[in-house]
Amino acid sequence: MASHPGRLNPAAVQIDGLVRSFAGRRVLDGLELTVRDGEFVALLGRSGSGKSTLLRALARLDHDVDGEGGLTAPEDVSVVFQDARLLPWKRLLDNVVLGLRAPDAEERGRAALAEVGLAGRERAWPVELSGGEQQRVSLARSLVREPRLLLADEPFGALDALTRIRMHALLRTLCARHRPAVLLVTHDVDEAIALADRVVVLDRGRIAADLPVDLPAPRRAGAPGHAELRDRLLGHLGVDLTEPGAETDGGADGGPGHGPNHEAAPTASGDGPGRRSGTGDTPAHDRSAEEIPA
Amino acid sequence: MSVDAPTRRAVPSAAAAGAGNATKARPRRAAGRRLGPGRPVPYGWAVGPTLLFALWVAGAAAGLIDPRALPAPWTVAATASDLIAEGRLQEHLFTSAQRAVLGLLFGVAAGLLLALVSGLSRGGEAVVDGPVQIKRAIPSLALIPLLILWFGIGETMKVVTIALGVFVPVYIHTHNGLRAIDNRYAELAETVRLTRAAFIRQVVLPGALPGFLLGMRFAVTAAWLALAVVEQVNATSGIGYMMELARTYGQTDVILVGLVVYGLLGLVSDGLVRLVERRALSWRRTLAG
Repeated sequence: MASHPGRLNPAAVQIDGLVRSFAGRRVLDGLELTVRDGEFVALLGRSGSGKSTLLRALARLDHDVDGEGGLTAPEDVSVVFQDARLLPWKRLLDNVVLGLRAPDAEERGRAALAEVGLAGRERAWPVELSGGEQQRVSLARSLVREPRLLLADEPFGALDALTRIRMHALLRTLCARHRPAVLLVTHDVDEAIALADRVVVLDRGRIAADLPVDLPAPRRAGAPGHAELRDRLLGHLGVDLTEPGAETDGGADGGPGHGPNHEAAPTASGDGPGRRSGTGDTPAHDRSAEEIPA
Repeated sequence: MSVDAPTRRAVPSAAAAGAGNATKARPRRAAGRRLGPGRPVPYGWAVGPTLLFALWVAGAAAGLIDPRALPAPWTVAATASDLIAEGRLQEHLFTSAQRAVLGLLFGVAAGLLLALVSGLSRGGEAVVDGPVQIKRAIPSLALIPLLILWFGIGETMKVVTIALGVFVPVYIHTHNGLRAIDNRYAELAETVRLTRAAFIRQVVLPGALPGFLLGMRFAVTAAWLALAVVEQVNATSGIGYMMELARTYGQTDVILVGLVVYGLLGLVSDGLVRLVERRALSWRRTLAG
């Protein structure tokens, strides 16, 4: 995915001067954004930058919120929440096809469960599943509707680091097959680079940066261009890389498993002598974290 | 710090006493620090009742218990079998069960209906919830004089009294269950574009089911309580009447038979509700079962 598959497609999302306020505070302040069909956009931002507000506006979940501006989003939107949000009293298959009005709903539900590696578990209850498995069901529930736009609000934030790596690969595979436009909200720079065609940084309700990810697959942490992009994004997020230790302070915006990646990753400015050795020779665990099946 | 110092001084002496001693003592101290209740006693639930029963048997056999106050267990058993042989116990039991079931039926229906009206719409809540809360403040049994004036002393009064006692817990817990539906599920339902009817059917009602079943357990208890009271007021049949009659003749053994029957009815009905609960809420059972 080195090029932008969606660059010339029609716009799935068109946002012009979007404003959303809570109690007089402008959380989104004249936001402009276009997402094209089939394009995978990661939305980075610090806490309170307006990421989730934007997502909720696109999902039409922001009732009773003050706001103005133009927003065009397709009717068929699916949302993946941070929690899997499965109905505990429905079996997996019934959760997947919830609200799906199609004559072959059950068949499609089975296929979607098989796609996320849960074939044969149709009659299981959500409590019987691990956190990663539940999030896979939630992905199946979103994709079985064949949405034109997939919204994901930190979908892997609650998962452990190893499960998250597997989920990244699964999400890439599924998106390559179903080709929805994707808007992935995350605070993890590495996750954004690993998954997206384009990374947008949100700051104080506006777009602070809009950078294409022109990296060949697999996107390893040590690959040329990777560190530069990472540093630029961190810079836009207000992380000053010239001071040792500053990176982990400002960059770790929550996010378990965030710290080690930051420590190990080479930085352009080069800080402490101990970190020098990391440049050009990324530790094995970090490499596997960034690897994406082509 | 002052606490620390003696401990530190004690360490070398413990080491001098022998390393084997120190390692042995450690797990014992860890066990002492545990604050949980520990492992359950096998058949623990039966220990207390068995002890009590044994005490009764021993006291009666040794002649320590006045049979007029508390007849021996075998006397009670003999009286029970006599009552069954004469067909009186069954007759009274049937009458009592009929009243309880009817009262329960009407009470649950009313409680459920009102809870749905008030739980599913703000307007319904404004109309229904206040009166129910007022009714809740008045003990159902205190309404008996009024109900006797309205319905007479027949079966209607008895069934109405039981129903009034039953509907409150059903209403309270079902309403609570309906209102406590997680807003995140409402959001989910919006994103998958469920209709309002489908939302109620697939999300709200199943989500409120645990609350309703909890209300049912309280309702069953309330039904037996109300039954026991109304059967001692102007009744000419039923277990309560049988006991009340026995009181006038000083037949303690018959009263005890009645109490045992009430106890069994309570246990069986609670067990039934729990069985339904286990079936209906099987999704809550974890892998451990």
